[in-house]
Amino acid sequence: MSELISLTIAEAREKLVAGDITSVELTDAYLAAIDAANETFNAYITVTGDKAREMAKASDRRRAKGEVGVLEGIPLGIKDLFATRGVHTQACSHILDNFKPEYESTVTQNLWDDGAVMLGKLNMDEFAMGSSNETSYYGPVKNPWREAGSNSALVPGGSSGGSAASVAAHLCAGATATDTGGSIRQPAAFTGTVGIKPTYGRCSRWGIAAFASSLDQAGPIARDVRDVAIMLQSMASVDEKDTTSVDRPVPEYEACIGKSVKGMKIGVPKEYRIDGMPDDIEAVWQQGIEWYRDAGAEIVDISLPHTKYALPTYYIVAPAEASSNLARYDGVRYGLRKTGNDITDMYEQTRAKGFGDEVRRRILIGTYVLSSGYYDAYYLRAQKVRTLIKRDFENVFADGVDAILTPATPSSAFAIGDEEMASDPVKMYLNDIFTVTVNMAGLPGISVPAGLDSKGLPLGLQLIGKPFAEEELFQASHIIEQAAGKFTPEKWW
Amino acid sequence: MTLIDTRTPDPKRFIAGTTDDWEIIIGLEVHAQVTSKSKLFSGASTEFGAEPNANVSLVDAAMPGMLPVINEECVAQAVRTGLGLNAQINLRSVFDRKNYFYPDLPQGYQISQFKDPIVGEGIVTVSVGPDKQGNFEDIEIGVERLHLEQDAGKSMHDQHPTMSFVDLNRTGVALMEIVSKPDLRSADEAKAYITKLRTILRYLGTCDGNMDEGSMRADVNVSVRKPGGDFGTRCEIKNVNSIRFIGQAIESEARRQIAILEDGGTIDQETRLFDPAKGETRSMRSKEDAHDYRYFPDPDLLPLEFSQAYVDQLKSDLPELPDAKRSRFIGEGLSAYDASILVSEKAIADFFEQVAEGRDSKTAANWVINNLLGKLNETSQEIEDTPVSPDQVGGIIDLIKEGTISGKIAKDLFDIIWEEGGDPAEIVESRGMKQVTDTGAIEAAVDEVIAANPDKAEQAKEKPNLAGWFVGQVMKASGGKANPQAVQELVKQKLGIE
Repeated sequence: MSELISLTIAEAREKLVAGDITSVELTDAYLAAIDAANETFNAYITVTGDKAREMAKASDRRRAKGEVGVLEGIPLGIKDLFATRGVHTQACSHILDNFKPEYESTVTQNLWDDGAVMLGKLNMDEFAMGSSNETSYYGPVKNPWREAGSNSALVPGGSSGGSAASVAAHLCAGATATDTGGSIRQPAAFTGTVGIKPTYGRCSRWGIAAFASSLDQAGPIARDVRDVAIMLQSMASVDEKDTTSVDRPVPEYEACIGKSVKGMKIGVPKEYRIDGMPDDIEAVWQQGIEWYRDAGAEIVDISLPHTKYALPTYYIVAPAEASSNLARYDGVRYGLRKTGNDITDMYEQTRAKGFGDEVRRRILIGTYVLSSGYYDAYYLRAQKVRTLIKRDFENVFADGVDAILTPATPSSAFAIGDEEMASDPVKMYLNDIFTVTVNMAGLPGISVPAGLDSKGLPLGLQLIGKPFAEEELFQASHIIEQAAGKFTPEKWW
Repeated sequence: MTLIDTRTPDPKRFIAGTTDDWEIIIGLEVHAQVTSKSKLFSGASTEFGAEPNANVSLVDAAMPGMLPVINEECVAQAVRTGLGLNAQINLRSVFDRKNYFYPDLPQGYQISQFKDPIVGEGIVTVSVGPDKQGNFEDIEIGVERLHLEQDAGKSMHDQHPTMSFVDLNRTGVALMEIVSKPDLRSADEAKAYITKLRTILRYLGTCDGNMDEGSMRADVNVSVRKPGGDFGTRCEIKNVNSIRFIGQAIESEARRQIAILEDGGTIDQETRLFDPAKGETRSMRSKEDAHDYRYFPDPDLLPLEFSQAYVDQLKSDLPELPDAKRSRFIGEGLSAYDASILVSEKAIADFFEQVAEGRDSKTAANWVINNLLGKLNETSQEIEDTPVSPDQVGGIIDLIKEGTISGKIAKDLFDIIWEEGGDPAEIVESRGMKQVTDTGAIEAAVDEVIAANPDKAEQAKEKPNLAGWFVGQVMKASGGKANPQAVQELVKQKLGIE
């Protein structure tokens, strides 16, 4: 059984095609693994065993008839932010209590149309607001990685903590995730998995509970570059229900894996070398540069001068949009309702009880920066800075740079309940320092594991590409994967 | 926005307070529901009168993860309206979110246009009058802007002892908010403006203008000042839903403000409501309580962009609008008064044009205005309800022209057709309504009347005016069927007056 769950998507696909295994067997193996380990990790908040077996059976029947989609029979976990018809969809928030949508998000529908099997819904930070999966109404997720010689629980990162942990612990073959400021790439880096945030508009946002509409993008987390490429191929599509989705053919992403990077120009931005950056991070970044040089790529020093403004700007734009996007959770039509003396009291009671601290904090910040008298100083100025950040990237790409190499995170995974982070939200926000610029500019970014730090924890490198240059990111990140090898936590559960 | 006074203070529009004359300054924000099959950002139907919550999509109900998709027909309707208002069409406009909490606003924000509306400045020419001398005055009222926005749903507080109900059928229906400049100076002008606006929208087919169904309603901004002085502090009267109430609200609000100012008080800027039962306005909320709507561009929607060619195409397909039609009618020989009445509703103008086809315009206009509209007015019906068709009216006119029936008989014929329908010529034939032109028969009748009234016949020789009395008697005797001209001639001949 455990052999089955250690297969990558590509490997499982091969065995399914050869008839060595069935989707039902593969699905049962994952369900058994979830059953055995989920209590430890708290990665799944709902396991849809019956549905999974049904979908697996249907997949095997299709395969018998010769109908084989790109993810035929592959069991996946779905972040709770995605609407799944008739299945728990709460963005891991109390305020959406008992919400089961009558609709299916475009991204998950694409996956099912390509033959994938749903194992269940994955834990996440409430409404995708957090970098440690500790803001979930369903409690924190444990990272399958632990420091060498320690039994202390670490965070898997966030907000897609359940996605990253379940992939790393082999509780699914791959998972959907979303990324507004780093929510795919940071947890991927913390768990030794691969995650890509595609170009804004590459995946439809329809049916994904909105956090910050101009920044949100869906993407996959999986065990290696090839698996992520296979998943994104299915997830990506133009969608008439999301007018910000882009009408561009989806390339065969997998085909570019293994292509040489000879002559490719890799930019290394000086602004990402921040004060107090751990030596291990510095070292793994340097190592990445060497690997590219060895592979025949040209390394160029570049400057992205507005980088230092990215994080504060992000923490104006994202909460502003969130404060408006989350207004619909008002206790009137669905989800939690706390009765009050009148309508205003009902709103206040419901929203005070329904939202956690971090979500409330961001709603307050967002409401503040949009309010009369502050709008120009905060929101409007932030939009201007956002344009400058975007221009930084455009200038670099115009100078011939093909991809930009940076660390994915400023640290490796930290402890659940880390006091420093808990006492100062800004410390937590700093987790996104290398990733938010990519969302601000709408670019694709991939996080790929590149080594272990001195504590034995995985570290990721990030590659940032031109708009819709996901292929080049797969091509380039495969170089790191080849050189660094893959990282699997030692099983202790 | 900077307020610019485009009107010259005119004493005829002043209203007298206790101590001074005052001038009323009025601006209207008209909310007009866009005529479209589906809502502004969802595919749900806009049909009026459906069961509560029957026309609600996932987007309208603001389910998690739902996204708005612009309805292109609503955009076209807004552009058509802008063109009809002689306004600047903005090739790029932006949708913003107006944030506030209310149960009939599921998203927690209304998608509207704040900084960059789809339509900019325009002009509406309004004919005010007639005054006591029967004259009309044409005034030009500036349009500040027109923008697209979502309507809210309906809260019902009378369905349950402790709970309120919400009907989301209207939620997300497209509205055009048409904001006038503060160019109106009297209740009559405001009423004439909104009437004209409604006429234009109906001609364009962009709003049905049914105020009863809430398809059109207005927020009325009113302030008063000493003639020619600085603009005063304004109050906004929300959601007035009939033209008559708009007039009443303005009158009473102006009186209220004048009374306060003449008492040495000051006007507080506030939002007020008009109570039709009491005929007065009352405070709804003060400026201090005003919402902070936290407008910002809706990140779910890209800026709305289209080409000049798209606008040109819509422009070339526009129907003839009332002002142009009125000029054309006047050119065809109608009086300004008749032309104004005929173009006041497109259906009336269309009716008239069908009647006038191949006939004398003036006669056709008289028949439509005096007979048709008169009868509709008498029976409190609209042109759409008329039981008499243009062909039937035309048929009646033809029968008069041919000399088959007299004008008086024609009116009876019209009444018969109104009640019973039928072909005018056939009715005249079958009911023996034909005019008697047989000179012999008329002559006999004239002789009979003269013989019966020898005194009067004698007097008529001195007073030729008495001939009219004889004509009347003969007509009466013939049941109105005698040809009046023939009777007149014979009476004069027989009485010996020329």
